[in-house]
Amino acid sequence: MESQGQTQTMVSRRAVIRTMIGAGGGMILGFHIPGALAAVVAPKPWTTPTDGVEINAWLALDADGTVTIRVPHTEQGQGALTSVSMMIAEELDVPWDRIQAVFADMNRHVNDGEEYVVTSTHGSQLVRQQHPHIMQAGASARERLKEAAARAWGVDRSGVTARQGTLTAGNRTASYAEFASAAAAITLEREPAIKTPDQWWLLGKPVPRLDAAVKVDGRAHYAIDTRLDGMVYAAVKCCPVPWGRLANYDFARVKDRRGVIAAIEFKAVPGRTENSDMQNGVAIVADSWYRAKTALDLMPVEWDFGPDGDVGADTQAAKAAELLDVTGDVSNETGEDTLGLIAASGRVVGSEYHRPYETHARMEPINATVSVTLERVDVWSPTQNQATPLMLVAEQLNRDPKDIHVHTVFLGGAFGGNGGGATAVTRQAAEISRRLGRPVKVIWSREEDIMQDKQRAPVYTRLAAALRDDGLPEAFFSRSIWFTRDAVGSQGPATADRAIGTMPYRVPNRRHELHNAAAHIPTATHRAPGTNQNGFIIEQFVDELALAGDWDPLEWRLEMTKGMEPWQRVLRKLKEVAGFTTELPRGEGMGIAVLEDHASYCGACATVSVSRRGELRVEKVVLVMNSGYIINPRAAAEQMEGSVIWELSHALYGGLALERGRFVNNNFDSYNLMRMPQAPEVEVHFAMSEDGWWGGIGEPAGPPTPPAVANAIFFATGKRVRSTPIGRHDLSWSQGSSAQVMIDATVGARHAGDPSASPVAARVARNGGLLQ
Amino acid sequence: MAFTLTINGTPHEVDVEPETPLLWVLRDNIGLTGTKFGCGIAQCGVCTVHIDGQPVRSCSTTAASAVGHEITTIEGLSPDASHPVQRAWVEHTVPQCGYCQSGQIMAAAALLARAPDPTDSEIDSAMAGHLCRCGTYPRIRKAIHHAAKLART
Repeated sequence: MESQGQTQTMVSRRAVIRTMIGAGGGMILGFHIPGALAAVVAPKPWTTPTDGVEINAWLALDADGTVTIRVPHTEQGQGALTSVSMMIAEELDVPWDRIQAVFADMNRHVNDGEEYVVTSTHGSQLVRQQHPHIMQAGASARERLKEAAARAWGVDRSGVTARQGTLTAGNRTASYAEFASAAAAITLEREPAIKTPDQWWLLGKPVPRLDAAVKVDGRAHYAIDTRLDGMVYAAVKCCPVPWGRLANYDFARVKDRRGVIAAIEFKAVPGRTENSDMQNGVAIVADSWYRAKTALDLMPVEWDFGPDGDVGADTQAAKAAELLDVTGDVSNETGEDTLGLIAASGRVVGSEYHRPYETHARMEPINATVSVTLERVDVWSPTQNQATPLMLVAEQLNRDPKDIHVHTVFLGGAFGGNGGGATAVTRQAAEISRRLGRPVKVIWSREEDIMQDKQRAPVYTRLAAALRDDGLPEAFFSRSIWFTRDAVGSQGPATADRAIGTMPYRVPNRRHELHNAAAHIPTATHRAPGTNQNGFIIEQFVDELALAGDWDPLEWRLEMTKGMEPWQRVLRKLKEVAGFTTELPRGEGMGIAVLEDHASYCGACATVSVSRRGELRVEKVVLVMNSGYIINPRAAAEQMEGSVIWELSHALYGGLALERGRFVNNNFDSYNLMRMPQAPEVEVHFAMSEDGWWGGIGEPAGPPTPPAVANAIFFATGKRVRSTPIGRHDLSWSQGSSAQVMIDATVGARHAGDPSASPVAARVARNGGLLQ
Repeated sequence: MAFTLTINGTPHEVDVEPETPLLWVLRDNIGLTGTKFGCGIAQCGVCTVHIDGQPVRSCSTTAASAVGHEITTIEGLSPDASHPVQRAWVEHTVPQCGYCQSGQIMAAAALLARAPDPTDSEIDSAMAGHLCRCGTYPRIRKAIHHAAKLART
């Protein structure tokens, strides 16, 4: 496997270089797949395809050689149209330039045996978990085409080859299309196995994503672009404090405004508290969205905020401080008495970290269009799983799922927020259309989109470790407080424990505790859920440990993951390519971090500069990814580059401000995100294990960057940034001597084993929760 | 109130309140949905169109103020997606989700019209008002440089 791994690494590196030098060289496509730009997304990929002979649910063959691939997943820029098409083309063995990708028919999937198996796009799992059944569909079609030709030609199937759309046996040849109808009627005695990576001709190559061309001229259709005959528009306001009530509204004051049609109240169903359930609120319906929104803003509305109307960030911080002193649920315990060892140690490092609520803020505001008629219901929804709104609308309207048609369109970003969490809007649209008997498009304003979003959960964590004489930890304790709506589901312990509770570093005595504290703010998955919050914490704290123990941070991680091949591969590659050093002049710093997420291992090395006044510049981020295998290094590099900017947005600038039970920074003037001038240079490297396991790509590259940046800030300034947004910390520094002296000054007191020199360590030492 | 707007070279008569943002006239009245809604307060740039060649935020520009001016939307930037910026965007596979890209492309096209060979800092200042959550900024920068070359050849 080692030689294969090296080969893969080399191929991948060339791919990266191509990606990097594309602009300078003027030509992007240096690879050897003929007609790579000729594969297309169908002009209207959201309409049900009818062309060609269907071999199975996934593909149809046209007489002119066009191969239509039906993709059941949502395209949100992660490359679903391209990766599914590549996996099928690989097995079917057809020229890439004859591929046409379309979205699959969701009504057929839901009502006809769920032929596509999984339609959701979440958890970075499309390729890693679904490649077996997707590739199987292509392989099966190929073998059925061969069988059809074999029967017609009177030869054995083993004597027929299928290559690049042509069937051959001896001197006989035919196009796939000629045998499409016959193949469609064939059932194989035994389905073929899918190819192993050494047999790939297309997978593993840097293929340009198919969806770029329809996204440069306004053609790409998003849910918010839906326009229907007789359609009306609705603007919505729900209680700014989740679960509060609509006390009163005065429609009479606005009903005579031009274009205004109706006011419609939404009521939360008692006991129904899922993220996909409706909150209490009111909509104004009008003949244009601007008229609806203007009338809604002018209409007097009174809310009963309920018991959560006075909850603020300070309330939660106080609650967290209280819980940090109380024993939580133990989710990981190994070795002897971790707390006792720390309490008895003369060499303790302790810290507390915090990350606040963050919102998804995908660029397409939440919206839905629904048309309810007696015969059928049509739905356009910005969702990560088209089957979800179909079933929700069926339930909301008490209709047969057979009558519901969800039209898959392009999705303007999701990042974990458009699963069940975004579908309350679809219920709202279904309700309005049912009551008015007209198609309706509901759009949430940006303020509504942020206030009613299901947010990334905030976390507070206390950590403490006792060091041995060799500077490595002998006991490691952590206690986290998570605030979630109901402390269950995707935001439960399995998510809350990621990266910290499940850290890879082997310490003989280890204990992790969790308090999953209830809060009224609904929470949901948020790109790399759990790892994004916790990664910032664990990967900074281990730098604190390494420095306190006189270890180089990179060597410390190599030592602490000894024998763990995927981690070692990433760290060794990082060491080779990133040039990490702790010896930069003051005001400059490099930091590293490495995390596992969605079964992939990703390392980051960040280079920062900080002026004496404290102005931070993230200069460069080098990423090393080990996802086991990779089917499209070009698309992967693009996703990883974007992940860096996504996570840094939250770590440097984000942070939802919770005041009086609601979020008060609810548009882009106050909830700040990274913009082009702040974007660092990103360099992507691959180091694949190719060892039988597959990891994801869409999420794992984000989490290591913020701790790498914070670690770099420490080396540049001597300041340890233990909460986000980093931009709110004073990073100014004054003249000192070398970085090493500065580090000694910062951690030396703890190094010397004097807990009183460090307030946090002192607190850890006398904390009842630790000493009990 | 009825008035006439010239959009992508074609006059359109619309009957809306004069303070209606141009964005909603384009999307809801004319049916040109390539121009997107993002924030409504001129902070994200996804609604960017050209008025007499200048990039403006259509969510914060009244329709009435555009009377008598040439409005260009993403649909009118070129007849066949052949504008150098559009070609460069495809070659570099700049768009991911793509929702912000109409605005990014209109801003980049306006930049190149006044600065045929922009520096990185000129690109930064021209594009700073345009949010992209997918994080395509590095490719946007490269594609703008590439588009500048395409425009010269």
